[in-house]
Amino acid sequence: MLNCKDASRLISEGQDRKLSQREKIGLRLHLWMCDSCRLFEKQVAHLRQALRRGWSGGDLPTDKQLSEEAQERIRKVLKEHSNDDSNSST
Amino acid sequence: MSISEPERWLEEHGSALYSFAFLHVRDGHRAEDLVQETLLAALKARERFQGNASLRTWLTGILKHKIMDEFRRQSREAPTPDSPEDAWDAAEARRAAENFTDSGRWSQPLTNWGDSEQNFSRDQFWSLIEQCLAALSPRMARLFVLRELWEMETEEVCKEMAITPTNLWTTLHRARLGMRQCLEKNLCA
Repeated sequence: MLNCKDASRLISEGQDRKLSQREKIGLRLHLWMCDSCRLFEKQVAHLRQALRRGWSGGDLPTDKQLSEEAQERIRKVLKEHSNDDSNSST
Repeated sequence: MSISEPERWLEEHGSALYSFAFLHVRDGHRAEDLVQETLLAALKARERFQGNASLRTWLTGILKHKIMDEFRRQSREAPTPDSPEDAWDAAEARRAAENFTDSGRWSQPLTNWGDSEQNFSRDQFWSLIEQCLAALSPRMARLFVLRELWEMETEEVCKEMAITPTNLWTTLHRARLGMRQCLEKNLCA
């Protein structure tokens, strides 16, 4: 009989590979009796879904600001390279 | 092209690129460097930009290539004496084992998350994910991100990161246990 530790491993690996028939049956039996592992199975699927959908917004993170100093530094580098470019092409 | 075009990219997309980079490399300076490298690469390749994709998507695509290079480099890096790979591994294994009692049952009851994420804004969600990723070992976080965020196939992750499937499965299992625990703590607080 599987314990929760084994079951959680199979639940996780089920997200990454095809489980064997034997593993599937063992897991199903365990889940039938175990509320906690059913919750774990839900949470794992939930986490994947939320990440892939970018949670509710369906978008990438925008929670950070590039500092003024960094912007200034990058602006300078971009300018230098734009100039290189036009010099080399003439 | 006007000289100010790349500067406009920086102004309009710099912070979004920075946020994206930071989520992956967890280091402000490194993230800034990646934004710079991305915009430089974009400047060089600007005639290849197809107007039918959004500029943000195009720039993010370039940034993803840079991040992948960084991940490959990190995964190839020899473990340093003060953080040998097997010490990380032992710590990861110990933390995963803490989820269970000696008889293999959950040591803490799990809770039903329901729709608790509905209470989170996009930025709150990402900073929570970032916080939880930071609690994983760098190696675990890398593999988790490639698999769950980038949706790479397991074979591809193994090839790129030069690890065996068994190693990947074990690491992802531990990563999911860690992420789950961290999210539960914050979602249901």
